[in-house]
Amino acid sequence: MNAAATTAEKNEGHMSGGQGLTDRAVGLERPVDSTKLDTTHGVILYLEDITVTFDGFRAINKLNIAIDRGELRCIIGPNGAGKTTMMDVITGKTRPDSGTAFFGQTIDLSKLNEAQIAHAGIGRKFQKPTVFEHLSVFENLELAMKTDKGIWTSLFFKLSGAQRDHIGETLEIINLKDQAHRPAGLLSHGQKQWLEIGMLLMQEPQLLLLDEPAAGMTDEETARSGELFLSLAGKYTLVVVEHDMDFIKQISKKVTCLHEGSVLAEGTLEQVQNDERVIEVYLGR
Amino acid sequence: MLDKTLVTRIFGPKGWLGLALFAAITLVLVPILNLVVPEDSAFHLSTYWVTLIGKIMCYAIVALAMDLVWGYTGILSLGHGIFFALGGYAMGMYLMRAIGREGNYQSDLPDFMVFLNWKELPWYWVGTDSFLYCMALVVLVPGILALIFGYFAFRSRIKGVYFSIITQALTFAAMLLFFRNETGFGGNNGFTDFKRILGFPIAAPETRVALFAITALFLIGFLLLGRFIVTSKLGRVLNAIRDAESRVMFSGYNPLPYKLFIWVLSAVICGIAGALFVPQVGIINPSEMSPANSIEIAIWTAVGGRATLVGPLIGAGLIAGVKSWFTVAFPEYWLYFLGLIFILVTLYLPRGVVGLINKERA
Repeated sequence: MNAAATTAEKNEGHMSGGQGLTDRAVGLERPVDSTKLDTTHGVILYLEDITVTFDGFRAINKLNIAIDRGELRCIIGPNGAGKTTMMDVITGKTRPDSGTAFFGQTIDLSKLNEAQIAHAGIGRKFQKPTVFEHLSVFENLELAMKTDKGIWTSLFFKLSGAQRDHIGETLEIINLKDQAHRPAGLLSHGQKQWLEIGMLLMQEPQLLLLDEPAAGMTDEETARSGELFLSLAGKYTLVVVEHDMDFIKQISKKVTCLHEGSVLAEGTLEQVQNDERVIEVYLGR
Repeated sequence: MLDKTLVTRIFGPKGWLGLALFAAITLVLVPILNLVVPEDSAFHLSTYWVTLIGKIMCYAIVALAMDLVWGYTGILSLGHGIFFALGGYAMGMYLMRAIGREGNYQSDLPDFMVFLNWKELPWYWVGTDSFLYCMALVVLVPGILALIFGYFAFRSRIKGVYFSIITQALTFAAMLLFFRNETGFGGNNGFTDFKRILGFPIAAPETRVALFAITALFLIGFLLLGRFIVTSKLGRVLNAIRDAESRVMFSGYNPLPYKLFIWVLSAVICGIAGALFVPQVGIINPSEMSPANSIEIAIWTAVGGRATLVGPLIGAGLIAGVKSWFTVAFPEYWLYFLGLIFILVTLYLPRGVVGLINKERA
């Protein structure tokens, strides 16, 4: 079922990845300062009563989720459960019809565009690995690096020694040191996934949204990804959408199962796996 | 990195040598061959050739501007002719005023206005007797039009073929507007019969050579500017916008100012090319805004090799050179031939002539 699920999910991702009707105009709004993030109550992301409809179809239906700071949360659910749409809402790609989305206690995500949300500290990895194919691995990381991203800064940008070292460390983490000066387009599928994760790390986000990060990886690569995510949890907050149950077993503490755009069950993997309704709609008998 | 190696290879030691050679030929050799070498000598370069090469260099500048937006940023404009023509018209306004009372009607007004029975200059002609003011118009008119058009198009995230079609419609609409006599730019005849520029007779070989050398200087300057931009981090962001715009946004970049920057710069470069073109060719009319002209600009860039900076210059030279021969030999078949070249290049030379050269070397 996993293979079929992945393909269908890809199609869904493709639909929302195109020129969707929900794409909004983006003008010259100012970047948002990531230091404004306030998580004094321990919660980094609140989604409250979010509803998104596409041509009458409710992709998300009164969804309520709260993610604690430092948590590693896995999201599972059948195709069309709204997992990717939820990420679209959080990252500003899609506007919800109703409901509120807050990053920390003060940052209202519904008022910001994609670039502002990225600046505020949310990083996102797509289902299909998306890297800059004509740029080298090193240059990909350089572009993602947290810095002033205005045009004049970019035009006269010079990489400092410390920044170069920082890129070197990330290359080490994602195991692409030998490939640093190859064009990213020549990497294998799994390596592109790693590069994209590396780009997220360079952004120094508070919250990482990872859409099927282990898809297309070898077993060994998957296990390494699991270790990496476990090591990142605590310092960062991670939300991982996955279908691979073994992978979830390796990394998860808390799992949320979505179905038809709302939360069906939430708890430890064991609790969710034993939930009658989850078995019915997702895991199969 | 692929693109970067290409740029750095072209601008390696051999590339700089080539650029120095180009500068020596255009700034020293051509003027000497035309002005100093006597006309009956076999080495004399006629003013016809000086003008033709000067014209082609203007096209090359336009192709370079096109490469910045299309080759590097992935924005295909099929209306770049409008910016070229607007720059040309701004220069043309000055040249018309510089005719003074030497026109057919010996009036202070340009001939076409006398013909229309106009008694005074329209408001938008005020001040055009000043060379500096017209040079400001050369930059500002294409620049501001590109800024306004680009802001709304990019803000609404109009991309790909939709953007291309709208730019095509823009230049077509402008052509229709400029064809009207009442618009005040000479209708379908446009501006011609120029007499002098800054007091120098416009047809004199010395003036021609000076315009030629200035065009060469602008070409070299824009090539170096383009190189600075595409090898900067800003250039890599443009490249990234072309390959994966959504990833650029989710990396914290707002693509709008980046696209606007390169789009407006490209339009301004085109405007300057148009202003250099008009005094050399001696005429500007609305046909410069015809959709076919703008498509030809895209073909120069594709034939030379997108995202290579130097390629489009070669492409413009090749196509414009072939065109000037072909339109004399088989005038009615030129557009078919041009279409055929475009198809062949798209199918067999996706990286253009420069891509072919690089492949040979590798």
